Amino acid sequence: MYLMRGWSVRHARGLEVFYAAFERVLVALHPVFKAIGYQRLEKPVAGVEKLVKGFLFDCQMCGQCALSSTGMSCPMNCPKNLRNGPCGGVRANGNCEVKPEMRCVWVDAYEGSQRMVEGKQAIKVVQFAVDRRLQDKSSWLKLARDKAGADKPKVPA
Amino acid sequence: MKFEDEPVPGYPLPILPGHTSPGRLERVLRSGAFVVTSELDPPDSADPEDVYRRARVFDGYADAINATDGSGANCHMSSLAVCALLTRKGYAPVMQISCRDKNRIAIQGDILGGAAMGVCNMLCLTGDGVQAGDHPQAKPVFDLDCMSLLEIGRTLRDEHRFQSGRKITFAPRVFFGAAANPFGLPYEWRAERLAKKVQAGAQFVQTQYCYDVARLREFMRMVEDLGLLGKVFILVGVGPLRSAKAGEWMRTHVPGIHIPDSIIRRVAGAEKQAAEGRQVCIDLIQEIREIKGVSGIHMMAYRQEESVAEIIQKSGVLAGRVPWYPGRDQEIQVPKELA
Repeated sequence: MYLMRGWSVRHARGLEVFYAAFERVLVALHPVFKAIGYQRLEKPVAGVEKLVKGFLFDCQMCGQCALSSTGMSCPMNCPKNLRNGPCGGVRANGNCEVKPEMRCVWVDAYEGSQRMVEGKQAIKVVQFAVDRRLQDKSSWLKLARDKAGADKPKVPA
Repeated sequence: MKFEDEPVPGYPLPILPGHTSPGRLERVLRSGAFVVTSELDPPDSADPEDVYRRARVFDGYADAINATDGSGANCHMSSLAVCALLTRKGYAPVMQISCRDKNRIAIQGDILGGAAMGVCNMLCLTGDGVQAGDHPQAKPVFDLDCMSLLEIGRTLRDEHRFQSGRKITFAPRVFFGAAANPFGLPYEWRAERLAKKVQAGAQFVQTQYCYDVARLREFMRMVEDLGLLGKVFILVGVGPLRSAKAGEWMRTHVPGIHIPDSIIRRVAGAEKQAAEGRQVCIDLIQEIREIKGVSGIHMMAYRQEESVAEIIQKSGVLAGRVPWYPGRDQEIQVPKELA
């Protein structure tokens, strides 16, 4: 059940490299997304994202992906939805306090982050409170829109 | 220690430069004294006298009293209410806030409400999962985690606004704390996580029960390497074991508690196990106080609260200092007709 999740953490470095390239593609596609309409794309893209990331990470579609900062272990699988590291209840075998049969997602996250290059630092940065309105929305589209928008020089009024 | 500007019980102290709260705990910590805080087990009752009775056993031995927020996911009187009652007598409570039962709307309201009632210290926690307590059928909230809770608290205090950005007219003047567990996995990350909490706004931490001083030393060494000493006050959690059996039960059933076999064996081998449990606690306190960077201890003597006074006294950590309690500074007044 937690098989793919474990694979993803073991291959965190490879996924980091892949994602860096994928992110560039997403941002480059911003004009295309804009032409088709982000609104119209939301449902199909979110569907694909859910399938792919659901398979790889047991993604819960929080809509504000933090995998790059969490060693490729999805923090929303933590029963307490912790976004900033493990609680004090991790069992001596590294499993979850709430779900004893599951490995703590943050024990995994730490291991994954140590395999990554940027992920090693990223896990130390405080993550904001989750915006619950983004649940089930595509974080890929959000990223393309936010990054492409932010990179553009501000047009003076 | 007695402050020159000691107010009427229940009234806030003046806020000194560099301090963030008008509270006693921050004052004592920043004065450099070795601090003792103690946990109060909130009653399963609506009688305020139950709260006062439980607080009185710490009189003269605790600088601040923690009011737990549904600890172990069990239902009790709320931490906000316990704290509000305690401030009426002038005690310095530490209001624990757990993310398990309330969302950010309720929590921000409680921070304002608590501060308005004179609560100067708040401890930001994630909280135990509902499966651990007496209402496993309840809905776990976890809208925030301890880190985002700290950030939101600091925003309220320092930026005078809610997370939404809406302004508040009078900011809560609070000394914010967090928990730390140096004895949980992954060990090498625990100090880093503390650094993250400090970055998010933690000014003091209270740790999980310490029964393994070697590991605590290792943790404190990492804390020092990260340059955190001086940025956060560290109070180490301690508590007496009632018996070897109780210790065994705790380490197998309570998440995040690590008790080495040597401690269990020592208590098991004693004729009077409860007395030996207290002696172990005293010995631990004396070892812990010598560790660089430790600002005090946090007593968690669950259902043995009456033993706190004896343990603190025998440990000698207060070094003759008498923490404030109602009536401490009243000189004995002999009625005129008797004089």
